[in-house]
Amino acid sequence: MPIAESATSPARAPSETAIEVDGLECSYGGVDILKDVTFKVGRGESVFIIGPSGCGKTTLLRNIVGLNRPRNGTVKFLGQLFSSADVAARRLLLRNFGMLFQSGALWTSMTLRQNVSLPLEEHTSLTRNQIEEIANLKLAQVGLGGFEDYYPSEISGGMKKRAGLARALALDPAIVFFDEPWAGLDPITSRKLNALIRQIRDTFGTTLVIVSHELGPIFSIADRVIMLDRDARGIIAQGPPRQLAESSTDERVKEFLNREVNTT
Amino acid sequence: MPVPTEPARVCAATRTEGGRLEVDLSGEWRISDHPPAWADILGDQKPESVRFNAAGLGSWDTSILLFLLEARVGCKKIGVECDIASLPEKMRLLLEQFEATLKTGGRREQGENLLTTVGLATEHATSNLRGILNFVGECVLSATRFPGRAKKFRWGDCLDQMQECGAMSLPIVSLISFLVGLTFAYQAAVELRQFGADIFVADVVGLSVVREMGPMMAAVILAGRTGAAFAATIGNMKANEEIDALEVIGLSPIDFLVLPRILALALMMPLLALYANCVGILGGMVVARAILQIPATAYWVETQSSIDLTDLNSGLIKATTFGLLIGLSGCLRGLQAERSAAGVGRATTSAVVTAILLIIVADAIYAVVFHALGI
Repeated sequence: MPIAESATSPARAPSETAIEVDGLECSYGGVDILKDVTFKVGRGESVFIIGPSGCGKTTLLRNIVGLNRPRNGTVKFLGQLFSSADVAARRLLLRNFGMLFQSGALWTSMTLRQNVSLPLEEHTSLTRNQIEEIANLKLAQVGLGGFEDYYPSEISGGMKKRAGLARALALDPAIVFFDEPWAGLDPITSRKLNALIRQIRDTFGTTLVIVSHELGPIFSIADRVIMLDRDARGIIAQGPPRQLAESSTDERVKEFLNREVNTT
Repeated sequence: MPVPTEPARVCAATRTEGGRLEVDLSGEWRISDHPPAWADILGDQKPESVRFNAAGLGSWDTSILLFLLEARVGCKKIGVECDIASLPEKMRLLLEQFEATLKTGGRREQGENLLTTVGLATEHATSNLRGILNFVGECVLSATRFPGRAKKFRWGDCLDQMQECGAMSLPIVSLISFLVGLTFAYQAAVELRQFGADIFVADVVGLSVVREMGPMMAAVILAGRTGAAFAATIGNMKANEEIDALEVIGLSPIDFLVLPRILALALMMPLLALYANCVGILGGMVVARAILQIPATAYWVETQSSIDLTDLNSGLIKATTFGLLIGLSGCLRGLQAERSAAGVGRATTSAVVTAILLIIVADAIYAVVFHALGI
């Protein structure tokens, strides 16, 4: 069993639902990937979507945030229907969440400051100076103070992830989605990012939905994990990670969450 | 010094025991050597069963699996039992995996018969058409949103694009237009000289360049230069999830990326066409002066008398349309690009081909319309 500190965050006991996914069916290239996916994420909760490669974690995330259109089912954010909302309603709801992409997905023709400023320019009526000040603050929060005028091509992969996180946090969103945030990072940078994500959760009580299969962060950040399986084409287990690791009767879940012990 | 010995050659010797054909595999089986063909080994023999033995087998790799697979398929075809029980277990496992891949066949190329091919092509064409119509519709909607979003419009990007597709294109537009004017003048000079109508070279060059070749050549250059660049840039952004990142913050890629580019092209194309007209006429003038000994002033006066504002306007209308088409093609193909380096390459090629095709179709439509209107 991996040793990690226990997941604790302020605003435990989520009272309100931040995300409600009901009967979601997703396909990719005409192939059904997920069927009847239903779950809720409470406000302030940290939920990991886990599972083996190819089980549809990223597809699920893309369908939730509206980058792909689900074949069926609904997604609600903060009680409001998102999946079939019109453009104006969708745009309003989009203000409530940020997303960190696997590659960082920074706009390469813009400096880091411009990257962080763009969501603020689009969704607020702040002055240019105010926007720049906020952008500088967000970059400093992720440890990129002094790099505001750098272009994405001039910084490392870990810095790109942090800059992407600063951009995702630009509008102080209630929900932040992460797609494999630790992928391709060395252990030290991973640990820094891990601490940063915990800090965001602890400081702002932000709802976190993270797609990953990194065990360390799962046990140190997640209040709950949702495990997907390729053959089942859906959720096979959900609950607190430690509880699932110790008492799940499903071999796939036990194997996944205890894989550091079962090295054979 | 020890002399390296040749590895024992691949060998599949046969002997018959009762009605059973025993195949003794031996030697070193390597993928770089040619494995024996099962048909040659079997020859005319018609055994009741075949058994493979590996007692004298040295090292082996995929080549032996290829051979065994061929043998198994061959045996199955003639209804002969094939016994591989005495082969090493690892080899049998790999052989099973090999056979399984043959059964599933992976992702086969589709369209094996005519009906499937026609069906898939039709589906592809309709989805392509739907994609184009959706994209054009979104661009129109984005244009209608423009007055309300003028403050947030990416003017900086638009100016950068105007510089890129306008000022930066001048050298290549100059060269091509000059050569086109020059070629037209040469062609016309040969014919007109026979009738003593040398001066009308100015009319031929002027009219053809202003009405047709100026806008057309500028458009073809921009299709290859700017349209391809649009597709590559946007395609790369898509591959790097930058487009997704825009959508997640509620920003339309059409507003953010497409509209500034299309606007830049639509504004710059008429200017480039005007410039191309001037350089084309200059090319004709050089030939007229050098070959036909027509004075430059006479050539210019004749050009002025042959071209009126209607001719100029018809060229500029075409140029604006071509600019829009190049911008639309480049951005559409970029947004449709697959998320890979090869996908971006295909999108770039497709953008140029689509743009040139649309330019020629639009030019033909304009020719008919202008003729009908008497322009």
